[in-house]
Amino acid sequence: MDISRIDQIIDKHDGEASSLIQILLDIQSEHNWLPKEALKRVCERLQVPMSRITHIATFYKAFSLVPKGRHQVHVCMGTACHVRGAQRVLDTVQEVTGVKPGETDSDLKFSVETVNCLGCCALGPVMEVNGKHHGNIAPSQIASVLNNCE
Amino acid sequence: MTRLNSPEKLECARKEIVSRIDPTKPCISVCAGAGCLASGAAEVIAAFKTELEFHGLTTEVNTKGTGCPGFCERGPIVMIYPEGICYLKVKPEDVAEIVSHTIKEKKVVDRLLYEDPATGTRALRESDIPYYKNQQRNILSENIKIDSKRIDDYLAIGGYAALSKVLFEMTPEDVMGEIKKSNLRGRGGGGFPAWRKWEESRNAPDPIKYVIVNADEGDPGAFMDRALIEGNPHSILEGLIIGAYAVGAHEGFIYVRQEYPLAVENINLAIRQAAERGFVGKDILGSGFDFTVKVHMGAGAFVCGESSALMTALEGRAGEPRPKYIHTAVKGVWDHPSVLNNVETWANVPQIITKGADWFTSYGTEGSKGTKIFSLVGKITNTGLVEVPMGVTVRNIIENIGGGIPGGKKFKAVQTGGPSGGCIPEAMLDLPVDFDELTKAGSMMGSGGMIVMDEDTCMVDIARYFIDFLKDESCGKCTPCREGIRQMLRVLTNITTGKGKEGDIELLEELAESTGAALCALGKSAPNPVLSTIRYFREEYEAHIRDKKCPALSCKEMIAFHIDPEKCKACGSCFRQCPAEAIHGGKKLIHIIDQEKCTKCGTCFDVCPSRFGAVRKISGEPVPAPIPEDKRAIA
Repeated sequence: MDISRIDQIIDKHDGEASSLIQILLDIQSEHNWLPKEALKRVCERLQVPMSRITHIATFYKAFSLVPKGRHQVHVCMGTACHVRGAQRVLDTVQEVTGVKPGETDSDLKFSVETVNCLGCCALGPVMEVNGKHHGNIAPSQIASVLNNCE
Repeated sequence: MTRLNSPEKLECARKEIVSRIDPTKPCISVCAGAGCLASGAAEVIAAFKTELEFHGLTTEVNTKGTGCPGFCERGPIVMIYPEGICYLKVKPEDVAEIVSHTIKEKKVVDRLLYEDPATGTRALRESDIPYYKNQQRNILSENIKIDSKRIDDYLAIGGYAALSKVLFEMTPEDVMGEIKKSNLRGRGGGGFPAWRKWEESRNAPDPIKYVIVNADEGDPGAFMDRALIEGNPHSILEGLIIGAYAVGAHEGFIYVRQEYPLAVENINLAIRQAAERGFVGKDILGSGFDFTVKVHMGAGAFVCGESSALMTALEGRAGEPRPKYIHTAVKGVWDHPSVLNNVETWANVPQIITKGADWFTSYGTEGSKGTKIFSLVGKITNTGLVEVPMGVTVRNIIENIGGGIPGGKKFKAVQTGGPSGGCIPEAMLDLPVDFDELTKAGSMMGSGGMIVMDEDTCMVDIARYFIDFLKDESCGKCTPCREGIRQMLRVLTNITTGKGKEGDIELLEELAESTGAALCALGKSAPNPVLSTIRYFREEYEAHIRDKKCPALSCKEMIAFHIDPEKCKACGSCFRQCPAEAIHGGKKLIHIIDQEKCTKCGTCFDVCPSRFGAVRKISGEPVPAPIPEDKRAIA
């Protein structure tokens, strides 16, 4: 855990408590999760109580208090994807990775999450792997996409 | 970039930019919106660059990535100017042919043009495609004219002229008057008149005021705000600055959801470029008016689209709503007056100023003026963004623009307004779409999501889907919402899993009433999907409860798959692809499904060749027993 890097992030937001969410988002995008030491540092520097940080970290979906896998799989569960079979996509992802939504496997390979809308509604159902969208995905194509992840 | 410090300098700069554009010079525009990028637009752009270099045409031909033109389903979309040829579903392998044929020889590549599925005629230009022909694209049409990453492109089409007009020719009262005259209503959902919020803030005695763009498009199935903010970020910024001038604010926020990384990138870039040119910062265009703006990213919470919750999130706290005895327009961010409008609402402002309120009110109905962008998705042939004048009928949108339901299926309903909205049945297809008519029909405009459903969609499951969504998204602060939604979900889940009992519909209606007593709009409107589906599709609820049957053959727990022995030709498709190894079969041996092992994933149904159509979905009746071993051989 590089505390000076956390300090840099805090400084980028002028150490303002009103930027707490933005600071946590920056930490999350670097580490994929919010390590406790980082949160402690934020707590000290911004002078906000830990309870507020924990409230935010659990209220918003983007944050994770546990380490995430190397490959992030997001299955869009928006309405347009839902009517075009998103549930089957999610079931298949779960079968292939052995990971339930919101969880990570023990060797930190895959994290599977559901998202409520990626805004690619015309291409539903959509699966996103490490930021890359796979539109109109059929359950039969999922294994080959995920097996390409090392 | 030089800072422009007078309206004259702005006009000079614009003339200079326009003079540099040679209208006869070929230009290849590729949609670089998130939808087309997901279909491979970045690879197509890269392929064009390589191909043009190979032919030594880099200086003779321009290439640019533009905003989203809306026809996402046929992406990546490539437009060739000056002819305006529109190629759809372009792949990197098509690029060489486009360059050699269209650019060099001025010939058209027929197979990449839009083909009318009914008549087989091809459409050369975008304006010839029925999907576009039936729209009125006042706002969206600008997306394709510009590279959203270049402020000069926006200036070339007259960008920031409205801001200049406002600052030098109009008083804040004049601006307010024009917006009032236009009767611009909030495009984010409720349809609250924009001027009323503006006026309330302006009249508030507090000298510190804020203006805010709500780009937290959490409505699943809607993406017009994403397309606008990615495709034409300056139009939103310009609208925001005009609003700030009108209400007397000097600081603004843009709250964008982090699920839209490209939107975050483009709006940040737009603000930087606008600041360099002097449209943001101190003494804007030399008028003495100061305005700064900051981007805040959301962190994934639907409730943050609600005004008081969004403002709490801006303060760096968990975005929970609060009672609004005092409007946020009077007491918002840090208790200062704050005007919050949706992306599309702000995008309308510069056009109203430039073209006038009378131009704006020439579109629309008595109570709802202007155009509205809808996201037409789900079981529809042409999916994408659709901009039409308010008052167009649902039928017009679905049949003429959307091209009807694919696969010969029957239309069942269209869901509007997202989780706060409701479903419109076939009998109401001639309903004109505006704020008031939709509300009367038990639905609402919402941010403009239109999810089309065909006969395969179970309406009880749709109600369950929305309630499940809202259960996850409720902040849990007030009891009617937290408990009401949870109980509705329990009842709906029971019904869709075959455990529904008499009285459940009435119980849902009762729960809906108490949930409606919630603090904010999320809870207040949560019963809408349930009530509207009960209102129009009560018989589906009854079939689930009484006959233990899902008429749409969609609820997993209530259906079974069966192979018709008369139709099975033992081709082995289902046998090979069944992930649960639930199918028994062999060469010249009629296949059967082991109901114990079957996970009802539907793979067998999907892969059974349509010429056989042997796999059947069954609901509400016993599954026929598998045929005896000795009769399974096909002669």
